[in-house]
Amino acid sequence: MGSKTLDLWAGVFVFAGIVALFMLAFKVGNLSSFSLSSDNYVLYANFENIGGLKVRAPVKSAGVVVGRVAEIRFDNKDYVARVTLSLENRYQFPKDTFASILTSGLLGDQYVGLDAGGDSEILQAGETIKKTQSAIVLEKLIGQFLFNKAEGDKK
Amino acid sequence: MPRTWGWVKSVVKAIPDGLQALGGWAVNSVWRLGLESRFLWATLIHSGTSFRRFGLITREIYFVGVYSLIIIIVSGLFVGFVLGLQGYNTLQKYASEQALGLLVALSLVRELGPVVTALLFAGRAGTAITAEIGLMKATEQLSAMEMMAVDPIARVVAPRFWAGVISMPLLAAIFSIVGVFGGYIVGVVLIGVDEGAFWAQMQAGVDVFDDVLNGAIKSLVFGVTVTLTALFEGYDCNPTAEGVSRATTRTVVISSLAVLALDFVLTAFMLGGW
Repeated sequence: MGSKTLDLWAGVFVFAGIVALFMLAFKVGNLSSFSLSSDNYVLYANFENIGGLKVRAPVKSAGVVVGRVAEIRFDNKDYVARVTLSLENRYQFPKDTFASILTSGLLGDQYVGLDAGGDSEILQAGETIKKTQSAIVLEKLIGQFLFNKAEGDKK
Repeated sequence: MPRTWGWVKSVVKAIPDGLQALGGWAVNSVWRLGLESRFLWATLIHSGTSFRRFGLITREIYFVGVYSLIIIIVSGLFVGFVLGLQGYNTLQKYASEQALGLLVALSLVRELGPVVTALLFAGRAGTAITAEIGLMKATEQLSAMEMMAVDPIARVVAPRFWAGVISMPLLAAIFSIVGVFGGYIVGVVLIGVDEGAFWAQMQAGVDVFDDVLNGAIKSLVFGVTVTLTALFEGYDCNPTAEGVSRATTRTVVISSLAVLALDFVLTAFMLGGW
């Protein structure tokens, strides 16, 4: 084998190795086929507390995955979390849809659950879901429970 | 009872011999370690030539790295498959199979990538290096070079050393990435773990510095260890057919043990809190 081809293969090998290192460095990411493609539309939802919700967590309705969480931002005007939901075009939801942050299983990941309402008008792309329920934070729940208990004892 | 006596006597007689052998073995090991350190120093000192003529290193990268690619890729794929399957079976009991991506990626990037690659590298490339240099010694090619005032360390050893050191981290990275894909194929495509959670948890849990960089450092250290052992055993072997075969065996045994022991030490350092 000539030294040219040999150098070429060595170069290909080094290149492949560096590409692999970069892919590892960028956390093997952005390979999901689920992205903000043209088949999707975007809805917004404001939550007081998103708990451990992560970007690209599933959006489910009746247990079926209908989209993904595209972006999570903190709204510095209203001091809420503004979550961008990317939903598939074939799934449409009425205006009074209820969005809540739920947990799959005891230790599982958090996801956004959508409960469709009875409105005849449909949510258009870019609209904000009005009715939301925050993630359940265990500490707050326990605090509330203890507080209620103390109140009850006083009476 | 003369028979029992004889047995005890022979044992008592054997004790000094055993102690002597043990002492000899210990001294010999330390002596070899010193020789190996001097060998490493000589290699580093005489590396100038191979960097001025980089074609020498490229050539060895071809033999050491490119030839190892197939075994690395296939092993990585199957290790990823197994991790996906085993991880799913265990995680499923705790209803957290979404963490499969994280489990597969962390196991590969932190441990399996560097260690398994180093073991395969010792078997695939290390033995080849030892046998080649051992045979060069047995056929007196190294002495011939010295006669022509060509330093065999600069011309033969140093390029192979740097080729091994460069190739090992790249091979480990390729192993890890292929393994993650193997885990993806089994976990997401075949079993049906949620794809978004698979990648999202992986990205949330794998840290570029704590995990990826530490894994790369590990593979670099293993690359130095395996390549140096292979070169030293080849350079130091008895110049006979039997000597070369023994040196090749020793390369695999010593570098595998060194890699596993070093892995523990490095992991203890990297995790800290000791």
